[in-house]
Amino acid sequence: MALSIEDIKKIAHLARIEVSENEATTTLAKLTGILGLIEQMQAVDTTGIVPMSHSQDLAQRLREDVVTKTNQREEFQKIAPVLGNGSSEKAVDHGLYLVPKVIE
Amino acid sequence: MEWEVVIGLETHTQLQTNTKIFSGASVKYGAEPNTQACEVSIALPGVLPVLNKEAVNCAIKFGLAINAEIAPRSVFARKNYFYPDLPKGYQISQFELPVVGKGAVTIQVPAVGKNAAYEKVVNITRAHLEEDAGKSVHGAVEGMSGIDLNRAGTPLLEIVTEPDMRSAAEAVAYAKKLHELVQWIGICDGNMQEGSFRCDVNVSVRKKGSDKLGTRREIKNLNSFKFMTQAIEYETRWQIETLEDGGTIHQATVLFNPDTGETRAMRSKEEANDYRYFPDPDLLPLEITEADKARIHAQMPELPEAMKARFEAQFGLTGYDAASLTASRELANYFVATVDKGAEAKPAANWVMGAISAKLNAEEKPLEDSPVSAEQLASLLKRIADNTISNNAAKQVFEAMWNGEGEVDAIIEAKGLKQVSDTGAIEAIIDEVLVANAAMVEEFKAGKEKAFNALVGQAMKASKGKANPAQVNELLKKKLTA
Repeated sequence: MALSIEDIKKIAHLARIEVSENEATTTLAKLTGILGLIEQMQAVDTTGIVPMSHSQDLAQRLREDVVTKTNQREEFQKIAPVLGNGSSEKAVDHGLYLVPKVIE
Repeated sequence: MEWEVVIGLETHTQLQTNTKIFSGASVKYGAEPNTQACEVSIALPGVLPVLNKEAVNCAIKFGLAINAEIAPRSVFARKNYFYPDLPKGYQISQFELPVVGKGAVTIQVPAVGKNAAYEKVVNITRAHLEEDAGKSVHGAVEGMSGIDLNRAGTPLLEIVTEPDMRSAAEAVAYAKKLHELVQWIGICDGNMQEGSFRCDVNVSVRKKGSDKLGTRREIKNLNSFKFMTQAIEYETRWQIETLEDGGTIHQATVLFNPDTGETRAMRSKEEANDYRYFPDPDLLPLEITEADKARIHAQMPELPEAMKARFEAQFGLTGYDAASLTASRELANYFVATVDKGAEAKPAANWVMGAISAKLNAEEKPLEDSPVSAEQLASLLKRIADNTISNNAAKQVFEAMWNGEGEVDAIIEAKGLKQVSDTGAIEAIIDEVLVANAAMVEEFKAGKEKAFNALVGQAMKASKGKANPAQVNELLKKKLTA
């Protein structure tokens, strides 16, 4: 499967990673290399083999449904990042984490 | 041109657990912002999810209740998108291998206008476990949005149907049935105001007879059955009008505005459904054994379908009555309790669906707030059965009991409602009535059957309604034909 520069830009946008034109070109080469590797693996006959979803052949352990976490809002909010758009210097207010305004 | 609407539902049910799906933080509703947002909820680097056993149990219960395949091995996946209420940048959900597979729900679609009520099977495609996102709060701080992550990580079971429904009435009947079922098996509190049960409705239209699906639009986040009806009806009309005017439908997510009664496409620049799902490396596959299923099965209550069949067989109730009584677990339990306390099943069914339901509806009360307990209703029905009071008097006693005027026997005594069943006393009343209404007697003897009923009426009136009507009938007939 051949990737285009447009694909690279779209993938970068979905991941919210800013890439320059130069970076897009080098990333295209790298990703194409990875896809080549995958193509090589896909040539292997895997008939009858259940796809692995985890590198360890184990099952998920379950946790009892008991409250173990206490309120640590103060500690967490002390280290909250300021994500302002210039209009606020605050990271938190009214117990809320502040982010640039989101409108539906 | 005849059009057909095709509807499928995706329902998010919030599971009744104490803690979040992947951490030990409380999920209690209404806490101060972020006081229940632990390091996992706010996605601090390095934290790991640990799956809640009770959330898995809830999923198994649902799978068993709809006769579905429960996956012996299911996988959690990351659904990637960016939004401030999702600090990890992905939601942990299930994609290719969900915990619950194909199943089915039988719905009762009520009569609408000239269309009679009918039963229909809605197929369930799948149900999967996932975490809820946080909440954005607007307006608390000028120019900023506030994020409350208390809800982030709340366990959800998303239940997806096949596009099997063909009208708003069917969609709502399904949603109501599902709403009752998840409460019946105790996996969801069903509180729609608090968002514990939210529906996304996929609507498309096509020409009747076509087997190709039209392009669908998804109405998001409906949290009332009334809005669901309005939204589907509006959306259906809109799509038909658009197509008839030569337009085309584009796949979109729409929101329903209860104030205008309209649906409108959300503004969204996001690439459609490019969520780049992949298995979450932080979680191992979830394995559910036959033993797990058997253990959960043993804890489950009798299901509504089974209880309905039992009511028909054991009590001789009609299918309709049995279905009505098993519409909710509370109602069914109330009925069973009334019968257990000695009432006959058929009158008990009639009173529970009639007087009790009417009063509760009129006063907008849930059954648990009924001033008349199952035991009190049973003692009332026993007094009808043993001829102490007439059906009419029973209505007065019921009214008094509802208003807190005491117990059945005390009310009968206080209001003097005791039925007269003494043959001598009734005969005396009838004799007086026959003398006073000689004209009616003549009419009856001349062949007018109606006059008989009038005479019964007179006798009942003379007894102030207390005479046993069956006895009055019998004795009057005897005297007139003697």
